Amino acid sequence: MNISETYVRYRRSLSEEPLAIGVVLVALWMAWALVSGLVTGGIRVSSLASLVWDGLLRGLIIGLAGIGLSMTYSILNFANFAHGDYLTSGAFAGMATSYLIAGIGENSVGALLLVGAGGSVFGGAIGVGVTTSPIAVALGAIVAGVSTIALALAIDRFVYKPIRDESGIALLITSIGVAFALRYLIQFVFGAGVRGTTAAGSVPRVNVPALDGTFRITAHDVSLIVVAGGLMLGVHLLLQRTKLGKAMRAMSDNEDLARITGIPTEQVIRTTWIVGAGLTGVAGYMFVLWKGTLGFNDGWLLLLLVFAAVILGGIGSIYGAIGGGIVIGLTASVSVIWIPSEFGRAAAFMVMIVILLFKPSGIFSGRTTA
Amino acid sequence: MSADEIDDSDGVRSLFDRLLDGDATLVIAVLGAIYLAYVLAGVAFGYGLRGQLNSIANLTFYIGVFGMLALALNLHWGYTGLFNIGIVGFMGIGVYVTALVSKPPVAQGGAAQVGGLGLPLGVGVIVGVVVTALFGLLVALPALRLRADYLAIVTVAFSEIVRFTMMSRTFQSYTVPDTIDLTVAGVQLFSFDPAADTIGLGGGGGLILNYPDPLEALLRTLFLWEPYLGFVGFVQRTLIPNNPKPVIDGFVYGLLLLVGVGLFYVLLSRVGKSPFGRVLKAIREDEDVANALGKDTDRFKLTAFVLGSALMGLGGILWYSSRGSITPPSFRPNITFFIWIALIIGGAGSNTGSFLGGAIFAGLLYEGPRYAKNLIETAFDLGDAPGNFGTAVAPMASLDPVPFVLYTLDSVSQLRLVIMGVVLIWLMHNRPEGLLGHRKETASSVDLSRPGGRDASNAAAADGGENR
Repeated sequence: MNISETYVRYRRSLSEEPLAIGVVLVALWMAWALVSGLVTGGIRVSSLASLVWDGLLRGLIIGLAGIGLSMTYSILNFANFAHGDYLTSGAFAGMATSYLIAGIGENSVGALLLVGAGGSVFGGAIGVGVTTSPIAVALGAIVAGVSTIALALAIDRFVYKPIRDESGIALLITSIGVAFALRYLIQFVFGAGVRGTTAAGSVPRVNVPALDGTFRITAHDVSLIVVAGGLMLGVHLLLQRTKLGKAMRAMSDNEDLARITGIPTEQVIRTTWIVGAGLTGVAGYMFVLWKGTLGFNDGWLLLLLVFAAVILGGIGSIYGAIGGGIVIGLTASVSVIWIPSEFGRAAAFMVMIVILLFKPSGIFSGRTTA
Repeated sequence: MSADEIDDSDGVRSLFDRLLDGDATLVIAVLGAIYLAYVLAGVAFGYGLRGQLNSIANLTFYIGVFGMLALALNLHWGYTGLFNIGIVGFMGIGVYVTALVSKPPVAQGGAAQVGGLGLPLGVGVIVGVVVTALFGLLVALPALRLRADYLAIVTVAFSEIVRFTMMSRTFQSYTVPDTIDLTVAGVQLFSFDPAADTIGLGGGGGLILNYPDPLEALLRTLFLWEPYLGFVGFVQRTLIPNNPKPVIDGFVYGLLLLVGVGLFYVLLSRVGKSPFGRVLKAIREDEDVANALGKDTDRFKLTAFVLGSALMGLGGILWYSSRGSITPPSFRPNITFFIWIALIIGGAGSNTGSFLGGAIFAGLLYEGPRYAKNLIETAFDLGDAPGNFGTAVAPMASLDPVPFVLYTLDSVSQLRLVIMGVVLIWLMHNRPEGLLGHRKETASSVDLSRPGGRDASNAAAADGGENR
């Protein structure tokens, strides 16, 4: 390639993609600010490590929740705006179980099942935590998954199935209705208050040294990594070792063609909901266990980040959802180095918008489900 | 009936038909029913004239704002097929910019808050609408290339970014320098003494809207303020002796909003019937075809999006500028979905339907549940509601449903949203075209449907009678 050719290409890209140039310039500025900050000591390595660690964990939750969203998005061909409230449902169901097991005997069953609505029981007081009540946490995670599966299947049966053949937009609007109904039913039952769910002070932690300081890893961080990693591996194996992955890909390409080749499409849809909702429920529970607070709005607030992750990774790709989740989680956490902390989530949204503009098929596209 | 008779009575019948089918009749019937229900509820509450006026003013206000915003959304979704769920972002930009422009500088206002530029409210409204339109352009330029569901996600993300910006400490307050000088090489080119001391978005605390009341500002501009005060005095002497001004203010503001709805309606109907509107509808039906026919669809979509955004900004200004203050939590995405539900009730694609949807949403779903609750509480003296779901359900074991009923009534503000969600699901299942969506205006300027009625019955059936 000679120089003039390079020059022509450069000029063309400059005139055709002013936004792309802008993005590159912003990236260069960010890299410079980070390096100079680290060199001059304006940014401490340990606080950077802490942000990265936080972003990674956040990303695992987003990725885990994103798998389900990505699967239903590609199979049923609609953006499910109720997905965030599936997270919340899982979190409440799981926490109710954990509360019940951890606090039975000393507290009223009703207060425990309502996750301490109105300050009747406090999670810290009954010692909900992975080390203090491991059985309660394990069973809570399982119940979170199972109940979210039941919820998703019921909603699919009564809400989405009758209008399966409608356009993606009609289903999207319907899912907004589902989201409203679910979220405010949860508020009706469990109350509007945000409650602390774990004994935040007594969670075991280690301080990991990082050059000029330390950053903290707690037992809940580790359990989140174990659960999320395990489930992701499980989904990977499920889609690799069974025909499910192939059937799902066939369906997302062309549902009619899949049906006449003998794929039981309704059964695949049900399996998709089971896998997706199960992961979503567990993600919701682990999220609440990890951050230590629970409110009826939690899932909705996470939803746009999950969408960002799924779009970033390419709709239909579970690896994309995981990768996208980690990128979005890191963006939301680490971006506070460059911008005010209020805009962490905004930065993640901007990443999503930029990806949609330049590569709407996602950065991991071409590697679809399994 | 013979053909002659039909011919004779044709003129009368068509007039009658038009009256029955006419949009005006439908609108009056629906509004009449809603208002009648509210007046009757007021009678049941034992309201006097003052209470009735207050209740009607409140209802009118919400009918007005939801009608306006549903009309604006109809331009995006009903006409052009743009799936915008960032409405509340545009509303927020409109009213925040208006506040920044029109709030008095702190030194004058005296409130310990950020100030504004102190310009007249009319200027503020115009600047607010223009800035909203510019933000609409900013969103639309890149986003209109996207699929509908991606556009939805981008717009809702945009509205959240707007809300984060309102809440952020970074933009909370800036100190404005006393003089802004532009000096080049020792020569002073420009010197400006801004009136404002501090300016900003107010952060989580929001902004106190300490400019003159919008109604007063408007009436003063129209030289109607003195006659208006005279009228208020007259009402005080004859009908409501006890401080009638706030009630009448609210009532008149509601009426003005209805006038605003009328203006929105006329504007959007004209847009829809114009050649420009026909292209928009063609884009809604099939963008590729419109493109193939030589229309620069991107340009049309852009214009429609910017116009709709500006109207949403105006809707936001009219909604919030008469409040005492604005805070970021008012601009949550829920408002966007409210407007969507209103549009879907009324039927996307029909302007009359959009307004009716807004009115029905405001009357039944938005304000209705609260009235229903008050009615039940007036009818039965029930006592205090339990504090949480547990204490409400526990007595059910001993077959005592009263605490649960009380808790349900007490939670009506949350259940209202559950009802909205269920209504939305029901509509999407059973009537996705809404009340009037079946009358969706077609893209063509001439009637493409088969000629119906008498002519068709005389003509030979070319389709084997399939459409009889």
